Amino acid sequence: MATTIHEPPQIDPDRLLKPRHSGNGGWRDLVPANGDLHLALDHSPPASSSAIYVVLFAITMMFAAFSSALIVRKGSSLDWQTFTLPSILYLNTLILLASSVTLEVSRRRVATFMGGLRSHAESPARWLYITFVLGLLFVAGQYVAWLQLRAQGLYLATNPSSSFFYVLTATHALHVLGGLGGLIYVIRKLSKSTLRRNALDATARYWHFMDVLWLYLLCLLWMKL
Amino acid sequence: MHDMSAHAAQHHAPPTSFIRKHVFSLDHKVIGKQYYALALVAALCGMILSWFMRIHLAWTNAAIPGLQLLSKNGAPGGVMTPEYYLQLMTMHGTIMVFFVLTTAPFAAFGNFFLPIQVGAEDMPFPRFNMMSFWVTCTGFVVLMASFFTAEGPTLGGWTQYAPLNAVGPVGGPGQGVGVVLWAASIALFCVGQLLGSLNFIPTTLDLRTKGMSLMRLPLSAWAWFITSCMGLTAFAVLMPACILVILDHVAGTSFFVASNLVMNDQLLPHSGGSTLLWQHLFWFFGHPEVYIAIVPGIGIVSHILIANMRKPMLSHRVLIYSMGALAVLSYMVYGHHMFVSGMNPFSSLAFSFPTLVITIPSTIVVLIWTFSLYGSKLRINSASLFALGFISMFVSGGVSGFFLAQPSIDIMLHATYFVVGHFHLVMGVAAMFGIFGGTYFWFPKMTGRMMNETLGKIHFWFSFVGAYCIFMPFHYLGMAGNVRRYSSFPDDFLQPLIPLHRFITVAALITGAAQLVFLYNLIHSRFWGKPAPDNPWEATSLEWSTPTPPPWDNFGGKLPVVYHDPYQYGVQSSAGDYVMQASAEQVKTEHEEK
Repeated sequence: MATTIHEPPQIDPDRLLKPRHSGNGGWRDLVPANGDLHLALDHSPPASSSAIYVVLFAITMMFAAFSSALIVRKGSSLDWQTFTLPSILYLNTLILLASSVTLEVSRRRVATFMGGLRSHAESPARWLYITFVLGLLFVAGQYVAWLQLRAQGLYLATNPSSSFFYVLTATHALHVLGGLGGLIYVIRKLSKSTLRRNALDATARYWHFMDVLWLYLLCLLWMKL
Repeated sequence: MHDMSAHAAQHHAPPTSFIRKHVFSLDHKVIGKQYYALALVAALCGMILSWFMRIHLAWTNAAIPGLQLLSKNGAPGGVMTPEYYLQLMTMHGTIMVFFVLTTAPFAAFGNFFLPIQVGAEDMPFPRFNMMSFWVTCTGFVVLMASFFTAEGPTLGGWTQYAPLNAVGPVGGPGQGVGVVLWAASIALFCVGQLLGSLNFIPTTLDLRTKGMSLMRLPLSAWAWFITSCMGLTAFAVLMPACILVILDHVAGTSFFVASNLVMNDQLLPHSGGSTLLWQHLFWFFGHPEVYIAIVPGIGIVSHILIANMRKPMLSHRVLIYSMGALAVLSYMVYGHHMFVSGMNPFSSLAFSFPTLVITIPSTIVVLIWTFSLYGSKLRINSASLFALGFISMFVSGGVSGFFLAQPSIDIMLHATYFVVGHFHLVMGVAAMFGIFGGTYFWFPKMTGRMMNETLGKIHFWFSFVGAYCIFMPFHYLGMAGNVRRYSSFPDDFLQPLIPLHRFITVAALITGAAQLVFLYNLIHSRFWGKPAPDNPWEATSLEWSTPTPPPWDNFGGKLPVVYHDPYQYGVQSSAGDYVMQASAEQVKTEHEEK
């Protein structure tokens, strides 16, 4: 699949199994100053594996900004009214946690499938579909939570507490929708048998991060609202 | 073979259609040029706005030809109203800080040269890269659209302080739709820059070619990497702040507007919002933003100077560590913008200390430059002149920072021209000089043609002397008590300062005209300049080992192998006094970094 190549790396086969030699730039290794390529192997981490951490860091900063805004805003004035969180949020939490489990199952299935270790033809896509449906359910559940708040007369601008509730949950839901997009991409690639392992891993990391982020948000909202 | 470049190539075949080649291109080099063009247009707009403001400050009642076309209400008969002055000031600041100082040195040069300098054939995610430019460009269009609304653009200053940014039309012309457009534009800009960081960071970490260890990266590549890390943190905070402002406007929330606020005899419906909250969110982004503008300049200038000194800097590592220290410290000092905000005085102390500490890495950088330059036979050309100019501006503007870092002095000077002079020199003009230096240095590689050196030197001297004529007197004005953000100076203690304002305005007009020389040079050289050789400056880093201009995959289907540190000058090799990073030739050198 490579269309461009390096200078032919003259790899000493004796060294192939020694893990401390990575190479090709990447994090650790380098060609020695004398240019002796015998010491360098050719595998750097795929770019998407560090890119996903870039994405997660940006999302963390964004929610850190929202959280500190919430804390400052609550402390700056007496107009903050507390309200009880809609109980469906707890069900949603379970659904989202379950989706992480199913995604992990599917990730392992895909790994065995791709590794060709098991020959029986169980499609690894099935668990991805389940994850996708659970993700959709979570977003739908969040929507129900908004409807419940609306029925109580709590709108976006009613009170800063409700403002923050809508802003935080909606921003999180949008990010979950982004994760669903990632799942669609993975499913499509898998059905065409062009899925790269690191694309699935990156999607999984993102998805699990959405879980952790939601647990954090739930705690924050539960404590502050 | 597990090769990252392989899948970059998979979805990145050479384009054939015009649209794919020049408009929605996935090629990082085209995207870099697009960013440069955007910055150029933005810089022209920003400069013209500053001309309008300067003329108005010096000759308050004079009609400025053409201004009435921009706004009938804001400038009836060509004489601008005080509100319109503030609107132009806001737009000048926003355009320059976001769409010029961030876009040109970081996004434009970084996009074009970072993948080449690390030895990759493209960024890892070309589609996100293309999106990054077009989202940024849309942000610029949205911002400029506010000129064409009934009330004109917002007048809240580029910092858009609360509560003025959230009260709506009652706050003055442009505070309705204008602010919403401003916040939407900046939010888009943030998305664009985050997508940029998403490409820059993995490019630096994962796409380095064989032999390109982190310490073998050129200083410019390090600067872009550090800047992208800063951008990642800063823009991810500004974006939510912009979203909250928009919600205050369109959804009636009360994040930033306090209770019982009466404006223009009108009781505002908001309750309990925190005005300081905006300042905290904004300056948490805003101070790193200053370094986002200047750190690429530090890298570019070092890169240029080394090639022209024909020897590496005294310490490659310490320069990198200092840039890193600037990046880390930039997050701890932001409160020094808020000394007069009513913040707890103890907080001021806490922010003052790191502000003084941040002068240490800055000083180290300057000292490394100075002592490396000492005794070197510097090749004088437009690029190296602008690099020297950068150092001069950075020092002159930076020194006044020592004063402003101290709350007791800042309280006196904060609202005066002293601060305007400070930040224009240290981040405005210095960063511009970095951009100019980078342009003269890399233009041959970007376009395949040389720029005119004589015009470049004329451009330099007019800009250098002009910038000092404009911004040095600002310090004097500030110490004389000349408040900033005023559109005119009625009969009071500021009257005697008007002749100085007139001098500054004339200097600004001349310096601005000198930029047209640059523009002419740029456009003329692009089409009719002397064809450039592959390595006109006899430089060592990877961008000079590719053909000029580089092919679509940068190295012609074969990635280079790096054998040397980035700056092997002053050696004896078959090429001359330098050995290129990708050359396998062994040379004896005293400069090899351990």
